[in-house]
Amino acid sequence: MDITDFYDTFFEEAEELLGDMERHLLELDLDDPDAEQLNAIFRAAHSIKGGAGTFGFDVLQHTTHLFENILDHARRGELALRRDIVDTFLETKDMLHDQLDAYRNGAQPDAEAYARICQTLQKMALDEMGVDVDEGAPAPAAKSEPTLTAAAEPEPEETGDAAPSGDHLEVALVKVADKDRELLVEELGQLGEVLSQRSDGERYLVTLDTSASADDIEAVMCFIIDPDQVEVRTLSAAAAQGEQGDTPPPPAPTQPPAKVEAEAEAETETETPAASAAKTVTAKPPSSKPKAKGGAGESTSIRVPVDKVDQIINLVGELIITQSMLDQTASELDGVAHGAMVNGMSLLQRNARDLQEAVMSIRMVPMDYVFSRFPRLVRDLAAKLDKDVELVAEGKSTELDKSLTERIIDPLTHLVRNSLDHGIETPDKREAAGKPRTGRLTLSAQHQGGNILIEVIDDGAGLNREKLLTKARENGLSVSDSMSDDEVWQLIFAPGFSTAQEVSDVSGRGVGMDVVKRNIQTMGGHVEILSRPGEGTTTRIVLPLTLAILDGMSIKVGEEIFILPLGAVLESLQPTEEELYAMAGDDILLKVRDEYLPVIAVHEVLDVENARTKLTESIAVIVQGEGRRYALLVDDLIGQQQVVVKNLETNYRKVPGVSAATILGDGSVALILDIADMHRLSRTKKEARHASRFPAGVNAPVPFKEVEPS
Amino acid sequence: MTSNLNAANVAAADAHSREFLVFSLGEEEYAVDILKVQEIRGYENVTRIANAPDFIKGVTNLRGVIVPIVDLRIKFHLDSVEYGGQTVVIVVNVGERIVGIVVDGVSDVMSLTPEQIKPAPEFGVTLSSDYLSGLGSLEDRMLVLVDIEKLLTSEEMALVDHVAE
Repeated sequence: MDITDFYDTFFEEAEELLGDMERHLLELDLDDPDAEQLNAIFRAAHSIKGGAGTFGFDVLQHTTHLFENILDHARRGELALRRDIVDTFLETKDMLHDQLDAYRNGAQPDAEAYARICQTLQKMALDEMGVDVDEGAPAPAAKSEPTLTAAAEPEPEETGDAAPSGDHLEVALVKVADKDRELLVEELGQLGEVLSQRSDGERYLVTLDTSASADDIEAVMCFIIDPDQVEVRTLSAAAAQGEQGDTPPPPAPTQPPAKVEAEAEAETETETPAASAAKTVTAKPPSSKPKAKGGAGESTSIRVPVDKVDQIINLVGELIITQSMLDQTASELDGVAHGAMVNGMSLLQRNARDLQEAVMSIRMVPMDYVFSRFPRLVRDLAAKLDKDVELVAEGKSTELDKSLTERIIDPLTHLVRNSLDHGIETPDKREAAGKPRTGRLTLSAQHQGGNILIEVIDDGAGLNREKLLTKARENGLSVSDSMSDDEVWQLIFAPGFSTAQEVSDVSGRGVGMDVVKRNIQTMGGHVEILSRPGEGTTTRIVLPLTLAILDGMSIKVGEEIFILPLGAVLESLQPTEEELYAMAGDDILLKVRDEYLPVIAVHEVLDVENARTKLTESIAVIVQGEGRRYALLVDDLIGQQQVVVKNLETNYRKVPGVSAATILGDGSVALILDIADMHRLSRTKKEARHASRFPAGVNAPVPFKEVEPS
Repeated sequence: MTSNLNAANVAAADAHSREFLVFSLGEEEYAVDILKVQEIRGYENVTRIANAPDFIKGVTNLRGVIVPIVDLRIKFHLDSVEYGGQTVVIVVNVGERIVGIVVDGVSDVMSLTPEQIKPAPEFGVTLSSDYLSGLGSLEDRMLVLVDIEKLLTSEEMALVDHVAE
């Protein structure tokens, strides 16, 4: 076992802790700060410090150390919180994040930024409380952990910051379950010699002869139990504590790794379920649980790598395919003679579906995961833009596939920025318009069928139709005044389109909305805009819940079977001659109610042989993709079914007109058609044919009606 | 139809020799590094892919993985391309990918010493010598040693998305 194996765990934990810290900082009520929240922030900093120390991330350790000291004053009410102080705290949190990233990438954190933040924190401590939180210049190379002044020390038990070598330490484990205790004592044995151990009601006292400092011990213990469950006290060298300077503990440079190794060994040696359970408990940031629970025994979550989950999902997908293969064979049997078999099959089917649903739910994470990033963004942006904005998040518990939540963050960030920058007006303007000074930005998420609707709603000025049209003309887009509002709103998705008067660093460069739209389309979703002048704008993102399973409609063309995404299918009908119109030669339009829809024959686009060529014998499936509606001509509809989406690009490449593949009940592969791409492909094919037929001189298609001669 | 190869059955001549799986395309004998071969299976159930080069027969389901199938006989412009009971698909691992190649038959596994591998002459038009790791000479037989990884990931095979379109 190498210490680096634990890096990832630490990074993940630290990341979560920082996230928690930020959340608490943002929620903090400045006039009446919640002690519990301040404690949580303090604990987060403390845990990160511990971990950073163990792994030898000096810069991170030192920064968190300074930060922790100030936070300690804050939580004991010695530091009056103000908005600018919280801002500094947030800044520090960002800095910690940067440092963490640097370590994660195997680099050293930016020394200049580090020096700056240390100075800022120092200055704040001196200005606000007159306390020096850090004697000596911030020297990342120095292994020493600067000792706190006595006043800055949270609990007297923790004063054992710098324990000289060969000290006797008394480690008290409070309310620790038996199994964990054994593990911890064993671990302490690796750090030094256990002189005695005894139980004292809830507390379990271990006396240790060790060269490790109290902080080191605490840091190691914190991997297994909560910080408040361990108390370390120096027994003998109390006199050494008197001289408050930064007595550097003399840990050998190799010591922290050795310790972690010791921990790893301890863990592998005692392969009790409780040991692994205890590990998972620490995966939950302690700050999320206000009080440490009685025992670490009952864990509520397991941290599992995503690819492991994906593997299970794939296997279940295989199971479903095998099951439907069996089902097909079984359906040919005589139901009466093979009653038990048929019953068994239906049971298997139900179980397999349940299993699939259960496994899929593992991947689902609440939207809170996404929404929780925005309070900070909104706060910072609003301050920058001099606007008052209140952020409301609705439907935080709505669940979405993890891979999608990650990909939705960027587009959503963009939309929120846009709303703040262009949507919500300045307080004065709002007042003049008879609206409350504070603007309201709502993020909402809700399920609708197999989709999730994510909305960004602002109560700002709304989109300006005239401005959009003018801008579109300037950009050379073809627009007319008679366009419907919806069509005008769609203009902002055009590449390079921005109506901001001046380019700010917030938004307005015009590279954005088209990217947002493209990103969402690659996720299989689409964007809609609803806007009313003076009342605000709503941007609605519709996404499928998952990318792993698709509700599909299987169709047959010639001898081949294709899958259409059911979400794109509007209706299907058999065209009659009266409904078909030819346009400019080989284009055909189908009249459905009052609309003329272009007709695209699957067999033409995908070169399928032996397909029905007579239009009136085919079936027209009306589909919609990327806002375009057209009729797809197929031979037969086979039926609806859920299919497991398989990536074609894993072993092959992107295929035009096809989004992915799936495996049918008989084990063969069927391609899933990409509705929007089919339309493009049909156009390029037609253009190519046109170009070969009329090499020069392109005449624009003049629409004229004529009954299709068939 | 699927049979896994067991390389251990074939005795290696000496430590420096490399083992090759010999397959036939028409009358010609070719060979690929056995370490690249995952398995050999029959040609069945291939789903055609539209607008792909003719030598890409389509994709098939290999135990839940979608694998493209390439017909080397078409790629090498062989006269007769038939699909029958003897038509075999060699499933190879190239880079991170799995690709099936259709051949007329698989004959045996050969050990070739470095002395038996001659450099490939530079004159191939259909099969550029870039894609050959040499020619294996074995008594009166000549084996064309194909660098299957280079060949299948090459641009002309159109199996891999090269530079962004």
